Amino acid sequence: MIEIDLSKLTFHALQIKNDLQSARDQIVRPILAQAAVLGYCSQDQFALRLGLEEAISNAYKHGNRCEPDRTLRVRWSMDPNVMVICIADDGEGFNPKNVPDPRVRENLEKPSGRGLMLIKAYMTELRFNERGNEICLIKVRKRRPCRTHT
Amino acid sequence: MDEKKPLVSVDRVVGKVHVAKVLPRQVLDELQIIEIQQDLQSLIDGGAKRLVLDFANVDHLSSSALGMLINLKRAIEARQGSLKLSYIRSQILKVFKITRLDEVFSIHKTTDEAVAEFLKS
Repeated sequence: MIEIDLSKLTFHALQIKNDLQSARDQIVRPILAQAAVLGYCSQDQFALRLGLEEAISNAYKHGNRCEPDRTLRVRWSMDPNVMVICIADDGEGFNPKNVPDPRVRENLEKPSGRGLMLIKAYMTELRFNERGNEICLIKVRKRRPCRTHT
Repeated sequence: MDEKKPLVSVDRVVGKVHVAKVLPRQVLDELQIIEIQQDLQSLIDGGAKRLVLDFANVDHLSSSALGMLINLKRAIEARQGSLKLSYIRSQILKVFKITRLDEVFSIHKTTDEAVAEFLKS
């Protein structure tokens, strides 16, 4: 675990209706744009986009049960070294330890269940609140220059 | 009225091998994913048993899109068919490797390679 005290960070915050396109327009795109301005390389931006899209999708579908009258609440703190983005929904929460591993044989060909695993793989760290209805994605900037991809 | 952009194009049919190109750069939106699945399912329902999906345009895929591919694989295999994927970019290939779906899908560097593999068998 990395030493980041979330209570010491200054967060921007936004609350939107439970709608994926709104989330993409008002959360994902501005955050990715800010990451680019801060100099995060394309690998980190890919990871951030993937993590955000999956976390928002989970909040929308599982936390908020696709109900349009529910809300998504996002807070974020970004600097050139680390990004912290927290996404909360109105749901009852869940225990991430209870999510089955999609990579084991019996789950490998199931059509769902990979979102959380992918977020974990691409972020430096994840933190959940006690209730389990807020996930914080923490991404520390790669120190080495990023490889270019074809 | 705006014309709806297609999300999949059937580029060519070589022998009995269908090559379909996934057109959007980002396959993230649930409605898009459903539409892509429906378009490809129509090909399968129409008798396509050897299908290559070309991902040259795609630079982002969600986990729901991976689920859609699993469903398609299952659908084509239920009709004794087979699915291959081609031109998966390195960042997306990493997603397949992390999820171990590179062990589930037949993934080829190029579409020509995938088609050749089909024609060999």
